Amino acid sequence: MTRPKLIAWVAVIQLRHISPHLNGENAHLNIGENMSFVNTNFNAGDTAWILVASALVLLMTPGLAFFYGGMVRGKNVLGMLAQNFVTMGVVSVLWITGVFSLAFVGTGKFIGNLHQFGLNHIWQQPTGFEALTIPPLVFVAFQLMFAIITPALITGGTADRLKFGAWTLFSAVWLILVYAPVAHWVFSPSGWLFKLGAEDFAGGTVVHANAGAAALAVILVIGRRRGWPKERMRPHNVPFVLLGAGLLWFGWFGFNAGSALAANTLSAYAFVNTNTATGAALLGWILVEKIRDGHPTTLGAASGAIAGLVAITPACGFVSPMGSILIGFAAGIICALATKLKTIFKFDDALDVVGVHLVGGVLGALLIGLLGTHMINGANGLFYKGGWTLMGHQVIAVAAVVAYSFVATYIIAQIIDKTIGLRVSDDDEAAGLDLSQHAETAYETASYGGGSRVISSSESN
Amino acid sequence: MKLITAILKPFKLDDVKNALQAHGVTGMTVSEASGYGRQGGHTEVYRGAEYTVDLIPKVRLEVLVDDSETEAVIGVIVKAASTGSIGDGKVWSTPVDQVVRVRTGERGVDAI
Repeated sequence: MTRPKLIAWVAVIQLRHISPHLNGENAHLNIGENMSFVNTNFNAGDTAWILVASALVLLMTPGLAFFYGGMVRGKNVLGMLAQNFVTMGVVSVLWITGVFSLAFVGTGKFIGNLHQFGLNHIWQQPTGFEALTIPPLVFVAFQLMFAIITPALITGGTADRLKFGAWTLFSAVWLILVYAPVAHWVFSPSGWLFKLGAEDFAGGTVVHANAGAAALAVILVIGRRRGWPKERMRPHNVPFVLLGAGLLWFGWFGFNAGSALAANTLSAYAFVNTNTATGAALLGWILVEKIRDGHPTTLGAASGAIAGLVAITPACGFVSPMGSILIGFAAGIICALATKLKTIFKFDDALDVVGVHLVGGVLGALLIGLLGTHMINGANGLFYKGGWTLMGHQVIAVAAVVAYSFVATYIIAQIIDKTIGLRVSDDDEAAGLDLSQHAETAYETASYGGGSRVISSSESN
Repeated sequence: MKLITAILKPFKLDDVKNALQAHGVTGMTVSEASGYGRQGGHTEVYRGAEYTVDLIPKVRLEVLVDDSETEAVIGVIVKAASTGSIGDGKVWSTPVDQVVRVRTGERGVDAI
């Protein structure tokens, strides 16, 4: 590997440029020989799929922004969209600068190193990923998209009350101090949880349980929204929520099926399991609503779909499609019930990041311990005569990730809150984040509690 | 002169507007409103949490008429706006001292 290869690669490019002047047959042969010397096992199909999957995962963050943005009040919708979009900016820059290297490069058990700082040595596959059939730079891009959406998930719990600048700083610090180590533990073959045998196909622990625990920590630092829970804060645009959920569902195929890091049967299983669990969870959630509240709601259908996507994320490459129905249905029911936790324990998890992402991520990670099967991939769980070993590994991974994320995030949030302040002033909160943080408003006319205009439907005759 | 004000269900606005045009009313002002009467509000449920919404979206329609036309116009509005169910709204009239058409300076009934 390393420098001689880069030189060879440069030589190939030069050969390509002069090739039209050569005898066609020979030139082709020469290029072929040189290319095979450079990329011993890159596969065009795999590479194409992971490039597309990366773009799909990027789209999840604007999708999340609309999913959350529809659920907040009309005076805070731009604030929510802005927090998600700025995370795309912050993480895009930091990831290629050094955080990718910290998360994936090297043989450390707890954290990587800065060997690929600034994407130096990027022609080398990260430690433990030598068998990948995609260029290392494609892997960097794919993992970048995960690193963007994970901090963005936190903004749902802290909705309506974070200062924009403080959030921007928080997202950068959190990426380095929480996301990078946790991703290393679980995703990198050098990481201690990976070595232990804990299974997480696409990030149930790294992304969802991690973001959920972090959201809870920040919520406890900044406190409740003014007026909560006495004052009701209903969603200002439920169609936005469903639009966002649709984009998330679509992008999640890149997230989960892309995590096979190849275009093959395993990615197909991940794809089908993802869709199946999501459908089952949607049904589970609206069933709870029908029985408990009397009406199945559109918000419930969207929430159920997200709960299913979250829960199947760690499991999608380890369980059978029939297993994915169980995981999805359980996630729909349990997450629908878990959204009551915030009213019982009085923490203002505005858009249910704890109830959906922490609970759903933990649930999915643990159910691998029951439903994991070697027929698909990985170790056998309890239901496939694998005993309790896999479940033990899953419990340790979940406990370690949740505990570290909660404690580290709590400390980061406290430090930022005590120095520059995480939370907006009471006046700014009352005015809304759109106006106070961005000097903008989302809608021409603010109407009473809704975003809709009554007369528009009767304007034509 | 009288100002007739009607609070209507939003989806009834077209019917009322057409009926008034057919009756010969030449102008009106329509605005969004919200409020409640005997109908009260309604309950919405989001992720299992109940929200009481007591201000319901309505349309407010205002028409200036000559005294002699008041009862007839009120009748037209009530007939067109009625669905028979609770929440159909209200119509009332109030005396008007003066009306001026801005473009021409006409006053009184001529300005209606």
